Amino acid sequence: MKIAVLSGKGGTGKTTVSASLAAAVGQCQYIDCDVEEPNGALFLNPRIESETPVYVQIPEVKEDKCDGCGDCARACMFNAIAVVKRKVIIFPELCHHCGACGIACTKNAVYEAPRQTGVIESGDNGMFLQGKLNIGEFITIPVINKLKQMMRNDIPVILDCTPGASCTVVKTISGTDFCVLVTEPTPFGLHDLKIAAALVKKMGIRFGVVINKAMDSDKSIQQYCARHNIAVLMEIPYERRIAENYSRGILPVHMDKTYKEKFIKLFNSIKAGAAS
Amino acid sequence: MVIAISAAGSDMESRMDQRFGRAACFAIIDTETMKYEFLDNAAAAASGGAGISAAQTVADKNVKAVITGNVGPNAGKVLSAAGIEVYYGKDVTVKENAELFKKGSLEKITSSAPRHYGLRG
Amino acid sequence: MKQIVFISGKGGTGKSTLVASLSLLVESKIIADCDVDAPNLHLIIPGERRKAEHYYGAKQALIDPNLCVPCERCKSVCRFDAITEDIRIIPANCEGCGACALVCPQNAISLVDVKTGEAYVDNTNRGTFSHALLDIGEEGSGKLVTKVKENLPEFYNGEAWALIDGSPGIGCTVIASITGADAAVAVCEPTKSGKSDLIRVLGLTRHFGIPAYVCINKYDLNTAIACEIESECEENGFPVIGKIKFEPAIVRALQSLKTPLEAGLTEVACQIENFWEELKKCLTKTEEEIC
Repeated sequence: MKIAVLSGKGGTGKTTVSASLAAAVGQCQYIDCDVEEPNGALFLNPRIESETPVYVQIPEVKEDKCDGCGDCARACMFNAIAVVKRKVIIFPELCHHCGACGIACTKNAVYEAPRQTGVIESGDNGMFLQGKLNIGEFITIPVINKLKQMMRNDIPVILDCTPGASCTVVKTISGTDFCVLVTEPTPFGLHDLKIAAALVKKMGIRFGVVINKAMDSDKSIQQYCARHNIAVLMEIPYERRIAENYSRGILPVHMDKTYKEKFIKLFNSIKAGAAS
Repeated sequence: MVIAISAAGSDMESRMDQRFGRAACFAIIDTETMKYEFLDNAAAAASGGAGISAAQTVADKNVKAVITGNVGPNAGKVLSAAGIEVYYGKDVTVKENAELFKKGSLEKITSSAPRHYGLRG
Repeated sequence: MKQIVFISGKGGTGKSTLVASLSLLVESKIIADCDVDAPNLHLIIPGERRKAEHYYGAKQALIDPNLCVPCERCKSVCRFDAITEDIRIIPANCEGCGACALVCPQNAISLVDVKTGEAYVDNTNRGTFSHALLDIGEEGSGKLVTKVKENLPEFYNGEAWALIDGSPGIGCTVIASITGADAAVAVCEPTKSGKSDLIRVLGLTRHFGIPAYVCINKYDLNTAIACEIESECEENGFPVIGKIKFEPAIVRALQSLKTPLEAGLTEVACQIENFWEELKKCLTKTEEEIC
């Protein structure tokens, strides 16, 4: 079973929930797909055993074959190529690796060479994976794709997502069995929860909500979920000690045994939700 | 000499556009005859690569100099490869900038390092 | 006009709350929310709509079935699994690269503009406010961010500052937000993940040559990590110019759509004011140093 944890709004507790689930379940694979700012390792403390670079194909030009006609630049929809004074200048960070330039070239002057865009770190015998996008890179998708290629099929997989609802999140949650939407009881949390819910509904994936930092003073999330028949799978009450432990890299399941039971219960609810 | 000036509008009385990559238009001017044409900047809508595309546009017009407010490193790379010199324009009209250029009153941008923030306000 | 972008690396550090507070404090300013896939600022800064437009930020291949043979050449060159067995485009996968159009011997494929979001400009009681919303599941958030910023000059009225609320992360949305800014302010929290994410986002500002300053929010949540952040930032040329205390009352204020200033949280308000004064000082100093 593949479970994705997303939120819409940042800072609601995705990593807290995904890492706690992984820690409580034990025999599962945790994949940190927040390749821009991965944090799962800070809480799960895996023994990192290997690094796999992520490569993309970038065009390069055989100068002896190139006559500077500019067809490649005109074919590029992403402004990654300029041709001035019959010289080709390539901007690798803008390249979408589509191959259009090579197709447009009638002189056989364009070939492709690999360029590293990020890295996958693997730990605990492949039970922990995290992707890291190189700083300055625009496009996360190649790193996400590589991570998903390394997903196990024999044990539950928990995927931690980037905040938001952009194409990175879409790529991460695509093909999963269940999505856990983590939110907080604020107008910002509710607004972004609606966006995340619309996304998972559009993609046809079953989902449920976890309310983090829950407070008696604001029940707007519960009310929204009740109105829209969305299951609230768990509520984690706001507690300063949870926040303080979080700051030190300590998960609720590590600080308090009752939380381990709660997260196992959450996992069982997810299994039931995915099956129903 | 043919020069390009980033412009906020498509006539000579328009203000110079401080941006290069996302300028609204480019004025292509022959400083000898003062004949001119205005090109819409199709690159303005791009996120990454606006500067590159804009640089390609002016390079295709065989300009020898660009007058603008600032030029990012990508655009700078393309302009430099094309042998095009870049000058800091003033916050006045396109026509006035062309005149200042002819008089030699404009300062050349000599490196493609990020411009000094705050200097131009 | 000076453009200041507020970024964080990690989400939830308080960027939007800070920008909303500054919108009340700073007199001459224009505001923008560049967190286009999960924008929040408009919830706390209500206004009257001045401009609303559909944004067409992507291209998609369109196959004319009357011209299509089919020969499958398009499917063989598509690297995004966007063409089905029966030669139809899968819109969700189409990157808009045009490789298929280039190889089609029948000229049956064209690229059409696709709506990816909506951009708005509002008149608020604290100035012009530009924001946008990406359509659900769409790509091209970086381009929509650029649109949000491009909408500002049309309504510019001589304001001294542009306050830009950015998004979490370090990807194309954040890159599009910081490009062209005069300075970035990284709002961080004193937690292990906050520190780790801060370092990466500051690395991004350095990569693009944008001067960056740091504001530590909720600093007394963990003073040890707050100190670590401070020394590491100072050592690496990122001045820490603001510290705001951890205050649960801020959350209750936000639940009523009030900033700390409106909720009368005077200590926090004071810390925000001090931060702004420091930032102004730093930006004036930079100008003088260069001159």
